[in-house]
Amino acid sequence: MIKTGSQILVDALIREGVEYVFGIPGGAVLPLFDVLFESPIKFILTRHEQGAGHAADGYARATGKVGVCLATSGPGATNLATAIATAYMDSIPVVAITGQVKTFLIGNDAFQEADIIGITRPITKHSYLVKDIKDLARIVKESFYIANTGRRGPVLIDLPVDITMEKCEEIIPAEVNLPGYKPKYEGNIRQIKIAAEVINNSKRPVVYTGGGIIASDCSKELLEFSEKGNLPVTTTLMGLGGFPEDHHLSLGMLGMHGTAYANFAVTESDVLIAIGARFDDRITGKIDEFAPDAKIIHIDIDPSSISKSIEVDIPVVGDAKNILKELKKYIHFVERREWFDKIKHWKEKSPLSYNNNGNVIKPQYVIEQICDVARGNAIITTEVGQNQMWAAQFFTFTKPRTFLSSGGLGTMGYGFPAAIGAQLGCPDKIVVDIAGDGSIQMNIQELSTVVRLNIPVKIAILNNGYLGMVRQWQELFYNKRYSGVNLDGNPDFVKLAEAYGAKGFLVEKKEDVRPTIEKAFSLHGPVIMDFRIDPSENVFPMVPAGQAIHRMIGTMA
Amino acid sequence: MRHVISILVENKVGILARITGLISGRGFNIDSLAVGETENPAFSRITIVVRGDDAILEQVRKQIGKIIDVVKVIDFTTEEFIERDLMLLKVNSPLGKRGEIIEIVTIFRGKIVDVGQKDLIIEIAGTEDKLEAMLSLLRPYGIKELVRTGSIAIARGTK
Repeated sequence: MIKTGSQILVDALIREGVEYVFGIPGGAVLPLFDVLFESPIKFILTRHEQGAGHAADGYARATGKVGVCLATSGPGATNLATAIATAYMDSIPVVAITGQVKTFLIGNDAFQEADIIGITRPITKHSYLVKDIKDLARIVKESFYIANTGRRGPVLIDLPVDITMEKCEEIIPAEVNLPGYKPKYEGNIRQIKIAAEVINNSKRPVVYTGGGIIASDCSKELLEFSEKGNLPVTTTLMGLGGFPEDHHLSLGMLGMHGTAYANFAVTESDVLIAIGARFDDRITGKIDEFAPDAKIIHIDIDPSSISKSIEVDIPVVGDAKNILKELKKYIHFVERREWFDKIKHWKEKSPLSYNNNGNVIKPQYVIEQICDVARGNAIITTEVGQNQMWAAQFFTFTKPRTFLSSGGLGTMGYGFPAAIGAQLGCPDKIVVDIAGDGSIQMNIQELSTVVRLNIPVKIAILNNGYLGMVRQWQELFYNKRYSGVNLDGNPDFVKLAEAYGAKGFLVEKKEDVRPTIEKAFSLHGPVIMDFRIDPSENVFPMVPAGQAIHRMIGTMA
Repeated sequence: MRHVISILVENKVGILARITGLISGRGFNIDSLAVGETENPAFSRITIVVRGDDAILEQVRKQIGKIIDVVKVIDFTTEEFIERDLMLLKVNSPLGKRGEIIEIVTIFRGKIVDVGQKDLIIEIAGTEDKLEAMLSLLRPYGIKELVRTGSIAIARGTK
């Protein structure tokens, strides 16, 4: 059948099962929008392309499907860059489609031209410039395949406007053939057996899991594995929800703002089993003192993650789900009473805690109340900074795909648009963006999007009048010289919500925290809750940058 | 340490930029780079010579392997391989010195490909060491211009 490039693209998206496309139109994508107008795909108009990119990312994280965003050439495309980098750092499957100037104008400094392929080369898993309409259907198919297989990640398709208007016979590719791309899913059985033996003989094992557990959809396998072997589990920020935090084997989160007991356990472990995690600097702290006595087993789908920052003793490359299933066969239950006694002692002596006396609202209290009111049916997104760390620490995550946060890139402004994508992907969940008064203003324009489409996202602003995490570092490491962190001039968030047509609640008293959350959750529509929290509250425990992870400040040890 | 990295790639737009971007992104300078089609025109072979910390280069090698259009990456450092670099150079050859120069070139099995009034153009292929050795002998005559392809490499025997 003869079709235009725009029709070929939209039909290819439909074949990939795309429900939503997030984006903003513009000159170079006009023909595409003309076809979208009458297609079954729902187009979600955001108010900034960055919002579209994060929404696609949030949709992908919440559902496991590929998120799609669409922008015009030039500034539309460059506005997507931060969102693409965010998805890349956290290995999130996103297909970003950008319009481009006409083929013969490329490189000519044409109106709204930017070399988006060049700009995004280091932050995409792969990218395509479509130069021939005959390649278009194949490129779309390959893009979705690449984005959502192996170590997942964003793929960019740059589409010149003339290609979208051209016509040709549509060729639907039967299958993907990429000679250079063959992800390895099965782990080497010899390595798995060696790993099992090391685990069985370990006295002080710790399982350390990351976003790979979520990506590989193997939280069930992880639970079975750790229960069978009697192995304590700590997760990274990206891994939250991959292991139930209310389980007796859970150590919570490790790393810079992890629990003291997780960090102590890792430091004293004799075997560390890393699964779908990458030994990020926020996890390891000072490399030389990270798990110094441990044999390290590393299970990861990405061979380049092995021995990148920490020398690994037993690497197993492949998909975590397959490997855990296999590994489980060869391990057995070991009691390890001494080790669990020690962990119990650490948990009792140094739990996550905060001082909740007094009338001032503590951010940790707000998070606990949100957790309690949501009763396990919430998806939490966060911005970046203190709000993110408090959410990670004080919300009890028990299910995968319920904590969406920019872990690798640390993008302020991520949480709200990500919540939009998550809410559309999971309409039955309560989606809450836990925000700071700084971060929320970085994509506040998306209030229009949620009001216009009545997307019932709840925003909980932990308002302390500061760029709080930076203020915390300045307090602790820069002699309280608070430089550039005061947010005097914040808007009245309640009035702001109302100006957009959303509901807004100001919460200044502790006793109003829970009723407000209950009210917000009961309303079917977007709500902003402006919690005026203690401005001097800090995130503890904390491992100072470059310090060994057992040397935390703000904990009893 | 010096690494000769051979990369088999699909012949696609942007692949060279992706590879060099990865290497320069880690702060390594590429000593030489040669690209050409293989026996199958759908694929090209890129040979890169780069110096740097072994562990970091191993990382870079793995990351290059992850690029979608890269089919295979071999670091020849630990393997037996044949390496060749092609050089063309224009050397000053005043009357009376021409014979000496030709003699040197002959010893190194190079070729004189052009003779001018005041200079000679020499073609020579070989390993970097051989090229450097001949260069050092010719330098006293005055080298006016020099171009070289950079190393290309192939593994010994059946692979």
